[in-house]
Amino acid sequence: MSVTSRVLVLGVFGLIFGLFASSKAQSQERPYFVTYDHYLEEPGNLEIEYSSTFGTQRQGNDFHAFWTELEYGVKGWWTTEFYLSGQTTFNDSTVFTGFRWENRFRPLAREHFINPVLYVEYEHINGADKIMKEVEGHDGEADFGEPNAILRSEHKNELELKLILSSTFKGWNISQNTIAVKNLSNEPWEFGYAIGVGRPLALKAAARKCQFCPQNFVAGVEMYGGLGDRYDFGLRDTSHYVAPVMAWNLPSGWTLKVSPGFGLNDNSHKFLLRWGVAREISGFGSMVGKLFGRGK
Amino acid sequence: MKLRTNLASPLCVIVATLLALLQPVSGQNQSRKNATYAELAKAPEKARAKKNPLENDPEAVVAGRILFEQHCAECHGETAEGRKKAPSLRVPEVQNAEPGAIFWLLTNGVSRRGMPVWSKLPEAQRWQIVKFLKSLGTPPANNSAAGPNSF
Repeated sequence: MSVTSRVLVLGVFGLIFGLFASSKAQSQERPYFVTYDHYLEEPGNLEIEYSSTFGTQRQGNDFHAFWTELEYGVKGWWTTEFYLSGQTTFNDSTVFTGFRWENRFRPLAREHFINPVLYVEYEHINGADKIMKEVEGHDGEADFGEPNAILRSEHKNELELKLILSSTFKGWNISQNTIAVKNLSNEPWEFGYAIGVGRPLALKAAARKCQFCPQNFVAGVEMYGGLGDRYDFGLRDTSHYVAPVMAWNLPSGWTLKVSPGFGLNDNSHKFLLRWGVAREISGFGSMVGKLFGRGK
Repeated sequence: MKLRTNLASPLCVIVATLLALLQPVSGQNQSRKNATYAELAKAPEKARAKKNPLENDPEAVVAGRILFEQHCAECHGETAEGRKKAPSLRVPEVQNAEPGAIFWLLTNGVSRRGMPVWSKLPEAQRWQIVKFLKSLGTPPANNSAAGPNSF
């Protein structure tokens, strides 16, 4: 891919992110990159997030994968999210890798000790996708070894289901995700997991506005990996990661997240560095409605 | 001019669906507001009886105000007077409610009516918000109906 094309791809991601970034809003983001907790987007709000994964590759070139998320709270019990993803493999090329459409549903109206959320996602991606938003089946480092020209020729239409179980107790959030993925091209169901634990550095808010107050920081750790497929369920030939996570929720409405991840076995990438920046736009639905003459 | 759409493309279908979803959360009429206030009455006795552990914390109101501005003012208004999207929190239904009932509503949300679950905020911060809300009292026009302000 030419330099112009690379700039174009990155520019599109940047534009989408920056387009709405001037509206005042406030967010309270989960610190995890892979694990989901049970909190949905507030109704009518739009959150725009740009995230990156830098990964090392033992047999091949290191890569930098990036994605933009548009997360919208449709109802108090329903959040929908649209993703665009791409990646740069060093000494190779930059490619657009596809899109995802995700929906999360909260079946129970009230808060319980364990709160379930149902997750349904459609993925239209190619084999060069390296964002590693989840790890499932027999995913491993070797899958990324081929050049982009070969990887991108493989097209995937996948249905991904998750059962998210999440609990918050005395400031601690503990979330567990069970993942089932079906490539719609007649391939077996693949499975995976993600577990996350996180807590704000302070539970009580300070009586002053501050950027660096400990309550603005959420720290934790997440672990995720594959569990094989329908015919070969288990840990054989799977990859697993553990990753400390940290989120900084600024009072201005921005959230910054960072997470160094470490592969736990020979199938895993040795090191992943993820970072993300998010901005929430409150009342986005109303703004769009007014634009089209609704809600007057 | 005739618009041509390619409905065969899954991307087009998804984008069209997302655009259709980007409609405003419907405005709240009086009955909806009343229904939201009625949620307070659903707080279980045990939750209602809970005392605010920060009742005597002199900084709780200020901290609660900052939290309210960050998380609640967008829908309920800067002074909790209520907006189209969410009702006033200065009405007697809220101001006369037990702190435990407000804390319970904040924790559980009213997700079917658009009020999010706020258990993502630690307990202490939810109590700080409750303390701030109870310090507001009812606006002057409603004071006669509300009775004396508890704070």
